[in-house]
Amino acid sequence: MDTTVHHGAMFDTDELVINMGPQHPSTHGVLRVVLRLDGEKVVDCDVVIGYLHRGIEKLSENRNWTQIVLLTDRMDYVAAATSNVGYCETVEKLMQLEVPRRARYVRTILCELQRIASHCLWVGTHAMDIGAMTVFLYAFRERELILDLFEEFCGARLTYNSMRIGGLPQDIPPGWDKKVLGFCDIMAQKLDEYEELLTHNRIWLERTKGIGVISGPEAAGLGLCGPALRGSGVARDVRKDEPYAAYDEMEFDIPLGTAGDTYDRYLVRMEEFRQALRIIRQATQGIPEGPIVGKVPRLIKPAAGETYHAIESPKGELGYFIVSDGKSTNPYRFRVRPPSFCNLQGLRRLVRGHLVADVVALIGSIDIVLGEVDR
Amino acid sequence: MADDQEQKPPAAPSAPAPQAPKPPAPAAKPPAAAEHAPKAAAPTGPPDPPPPADAVAPAFIGSLQAAVPGGVAALSLYLGDWTIIVPVAQLSAVVRHLRDAADARFDYLSDLTATDWPPRTTEGRFDVVYMLYSTRLRHRVRLKVKVGENQPIASVTGVWAAANWLEREVYDMFGVNFTGHPDRRRILMPEDWQGFPQRKDYPLEGPGELLMENPLDWLKLRQAKEESEIE
Repeated sequence: MDTTVHHGAMFDTDELVINMGPQHPSTHGVLRVVLRLDGEKVVDCDVVIGYLHRGIEKLSENRNWTQIVLLTDRMDYVAAATSNVGYCETVEKLMQLEVPRRARYVRTILCELQRIASHCLWVGTHAMDIGAMTVFLYAFRERELILDLFEEFCGARLTYNSMRIGGLPQDIPPGWDKKVLGFCDIMAQKLDEYEELLTHNRIWLERTKGIGVISGPEAAGLGLCGPALRGSGVARDVRKDEPYAAYDEMEFDIPLGTAGDTYDRYLVRMEEFRQALRIIRQATQGIPEGPIVGKVPRLIKPAAGETYHAIESPKGELGYFIVSDGKSTNPYRFRVRPPSFCNLQGLRRLVRGHLVADVVALIGSIDIVLGEVDR
Repeated sequence: MADDQEQKPPAAPSAPAPQAPKPPAPAAKPPAAAEHAPKAAAPTGPPDPPPPADAVAPAFIGSLQAAVPGGVAALSLYLGDWTIIVPVAQLSAVVRHLRDAADARFDYLSDLTATDWPPRTTEGRFDVVYMLYSTRLRHRVRLKVKVGENQPIASVTGVWAAANWLEREVYDMFGVNFTGHPDRRRILMPEDWQGFPQRKDYPLEGPGELLMENPLDWLKLRQAKEESEIE
């Protein structure tokens, strides 16, 4: 795309630098984007982050292993259970703990419920940024049902602290699985409703087709992950490639885009909704009996060593790199590979040559949570 | 139950446990990160266990050794993950080979981070760690480079664009000296921040206003505080 500045004789064609955020409603938190404009076209941009930096990595290195679970809630707070699962699985890998099958099934259900909740928030805000108000109200209505399910499971609606190293904090309440299945039936209908509002909507197509096109190899080189990478046709999903929890026992497909634009990323996520429902149904119907916590030592103190373990969060590859020195009761090094951070890095590449209004569409399209970007 | 592994209340971020029945460590009162370093002075790095004799290394490691002489300083296999320890001088050649070689094809940089081991003075205090993944061949490997405090390490932004922000974060948090980076600025901390927060000798509660305004006064105050604690 042509991004050069033409210096006409008649008009003043200086570039204009404008500041978007950190308190802009469509930046989904406290993100600041400095745009260099030629007319209404974006020539370049600089993404400024760090407004929400709380030093979670540093704090974790000064907590013991069990206390860190609740810090992971505060990263991706719209899918907190996924962060909990990722952390606990990493420590389990480091300690070579066996997790009972029942616990792995419940983890799968929770992760997929979180995927739906996170995607509900994404579709609502993304559509509202582009100008479709109704979807926002609908999607938040359904997200509420998931929060109710979580409230029944662990008592919280946002920061769940819903996982323990070696298994679950408590078993699922009686009748909970029936409610989950009931939710799946409701959600399947509501998805059609969302798609009716957006998928063939002419304004939606105009605003998303051909916006922020990125090829598969370039997206991979740029470190994009999750639906942002799969929208460009790269078949990369941690659930399939490096299965964790009970995903190796589930049947599901990985939706892929072809064009790599905002519309394809939208379609990928809409299909992920349905695949998530498919996984939840399988897991809930096949949930085995048995213990919910494996054999966990009273004092968690992994042997000296380091490991990296990744899971597929709703935003993409959420990895933990943890080093234990084998002596103290807290990790020596605790590192999170935040998917939102790596996706946000791609924004600069995506917005070049597009209009200011498309910046808003693209920020929505890569689906970031600033709590995770800044940690 | 998992719940009773931890007897202490999980509250109070930096407060000492109020009702510890045993006297575990009265000296553990100022819970600064600086405390951590002298107490655990021994760790000079993870053990990096070498692979057992019967382990079969992936083919790309063999071809890497052939293509880049001296590119592999050591190998490690822990919990099923292979780690290649790379000398800092060979890093650029190694990453290029790993991205382009037909049996490696590591086109995806999952993560790039560092670990600080302050007691390690001779071989460099930082471990810079690269988590690589191949979206085509679906395998993983970890690279590790030991680098000193001011020692330059080549940026890999030319190989994977993803390294741009990740290296910025490592620079911001540890002060690792990446060379050839197109845009080496702080990323999470403010531009005028003093010090590198993720280092082990950086206090957990932060340096306070004084460090920001006058680092020398802050250092004097800190030394005076430490001396008064000894007495």
